[in-house]
Amino acid sequence: MAQVTLRKVVKKYDEVMAVRGVDLDIADKEFIVLVGPSGCGKSTTLRMIAGLEEISGGDIAIGGDVVNDVPPKDRDIAMVFQNYALYPHMNVYENMSFGLKLKRTPRNEIERRVKQAAQILDITELLDRKPKQLSGGQRQRVAMGRAIVRDPKVFLFDEPLSNLDAKLRVQMRTEIKKVHQKVRTTTVYVTHDQVEAMTLADRVVVMNAGLIEQVGSPNDLYHSPITKFVAGFIGSPAMNFIPCQLEQAAGALRMRLNDKLSLPVPASRSARYSSFAGKPNLVLGLRPEHITEARPHVEPDQHDFDMTIEVVEPMGMETLVYFTISGAEVCGRVNPNASAAAGQAMKLRADLSNMHLIDDTTGKVL
Amino acid sequence: MANASIAAGAPTRPVKYRSMSRDRRWAMRWSYFFLVLFVVFFLTPPIYMFITSLKSSGEISAAKNPWWVYAPTLSNYEELLGQNQYLVFFRNSAIVSVCVVAVTMLISVTAAFALARMKFWGSATLATGVFLTYLVPDTLLFIPLFKMFAFVRDTTGIELMNHWWTLIIIYPTLSVPFATWIMIGYFASIPKELDEAALIDGATWMQTLTKIFIPVAMPGIIAATIFSFTVSWAQFLYPLAFTTSIDQLVLPVGIVTSLIKGDVFNWGQIMTGALLGAAPPLIIYAFLMDYYIAGLTAGATKG
Repeated sequence: MAQVTLRKVVKKYDEVMAVRGVDLDIADKEFIVLVGPSGCGKSTTLRMIAGLEEISGGDIAIGGDVVNDVPPKDRDIAMVFQNYALYPHMNVYENMSFGLKLKRTPRNEIERRVKQAAQILDITELLDRKPKQLSGGQRQRVAMGRAIVRDPKVFLFDEPLSNLDAKLRVQMRTEIKKVHQKVRTTTVYVTHDQVEAMTLADRVVVMNAGLIEQVGSPNDLYHSPITKFVAGFIGSPAMNFIPCQLEQAAGALRMRLNDKLSLPVPASRSARYSSFAGKPNLVLGLRPEHITEARPHVEPDQHDFDMTIEVVEPMGMETLVYFTISGAEVCGRVNPNASAAAGQAMKLRADLSNMHLIDDTTGKVL
Repeated sequence: MANASIAAGAPTRPVKYRSMSRDRRWAMRWSYFFLVLFVVFFLTPPIYMFITSLKSSGEISAAKNPWWVYAPTLSNYEELLGQNQYLVFFRNSAIVSVCVVAVTMLISVTAAFALARMKFWGSATLATGVFLTYLVPDTLLFIPLFKMFAFVRDTTGIELMNHWWTLIIIYPTLSVPFATWIMIGYFASIPKELDEAALIDGATWMQTLTKIFIPVAMPGIIAATIFSFTVSWAQFLYPLAFTTSIDQLVLPVGIVTSLIKGDVFNWGQIMTGALLGAAPPLIIYAFLMDYYIAGLTAGATKG
């Protein structure tokens, strides 16, 4: 068990900067998820922690020891790969015990550990099988078993669920969480799937273009993103971004979304936003669940407006409605019983108590 | 009403199937036609050899149906196997081939692993270079090799000419490039994550090669083994050029040299000798055929 520390870690491939100075402190027993679009440097960062990529600058420490020049086998880490990377000619038992055998662990100790790991993962009856006789989910379990038996300081997962079908992915996600709760090993997990990140992580690290955008608990990232990128990346359907202008009218601060529509800024935020009145390139960020159908009872900071609905997507427990405000497509989540129909006007309600104001020039949430 | 519509739609389906099976039938006919053509083309020589090997010299030169044995005799086999010479050729061939296979596989597997996996400066160019050397015709190498042997003799006093074991040094010039090329392709098809997993598990490069790559690439190794065995067993030009004494000859050259005396061809024994000489590769193919085919088609589908 150990903490992992990254200090100004840089990775350069010839001219391309894949990772541009990452600082991160991962606590002992913590489950950290690196998430971001493809090419954001998350996998490279993980591979640098594993020692599979040399670092071009900065320091990586595992358990307090700087491991920049330590080969992977001496870092006491275990890694689970996207394509499982099981040894095809060995059966499950041999796959799981390979690393221990190389370390000359006594035979009965190997057997004890493999059996224990197999029990945790519920693969005891598969120990004699070859990888090709296993389903995708079973292979992924074996790959995890291979990591668990080594009882490493750190688990590294590189998009381990991406090769599974949607249903199995949800199931394995829960498995991984359960395993972590049992073994409590420090874990770094890479995924491009923000749902996976939110559900698994103690803390999520959102990366973009080789840099960390924000680190925080899943709820922090969801409710208090500090950049437009994080606001848009976390959450599905994504947050709506509507261009707006702040204007002072009769002593109150209002957001003008288009010629006809202008909404009052919540009183609690007026002071914070007032200096941006009249500034260009402002964007209102509002999650789809904060745009609903109008209801009789009005809370403070809720405002009704009329819109022509363009697309209706019934999801069962809710219905998604899409419309356009000054060129931006906006999504709202309405009650499935609300009368929403494409091409018809609908009275909608914006709950501005959860709004974000974003400076589109810097990409920062104000 | 529903029944009627089903009945109306029904005839279209069998028609479709019929045309498909007709297609298939024609494909099968053509396949068999060409297969028979190939079988006849390739099996006629060995069958003719076999028939001739069972005839006496008198019957071979007699103007009778050459495809029939009127007085079968094993005298050719008895004479050939009774004389020491033929067994010496056989022994030389066997030792040379086995050693060449061993040397070839040792060099090509390690070279291919290095070229496929250890990215070092110039590795890609080197890999192409290995294959290009295979394209150099054997006959072009005679004179340089003679020169080199002369140089070795002059500097060290070791005579390399006219020894069967010299062939163990020469044959790999033919077998190593191609075997290496096969193995590079094989090793390259093994996912990178497999050696990374081994690396994290604590394996050294050598352990990764012996415990992961060689077992996984076994079909490729068998393909390369069969190839290098065939090359060294059937090689004719090199032993003809580099060995002369009768006790230093290998099978292909030995048969021709010892059984053709001037313009007298001992056809019965030549055919017998060639037939027996073809047996070892045949036996090896039969044993390794399943692996060989698996080797040739590996990588075609996701493992």
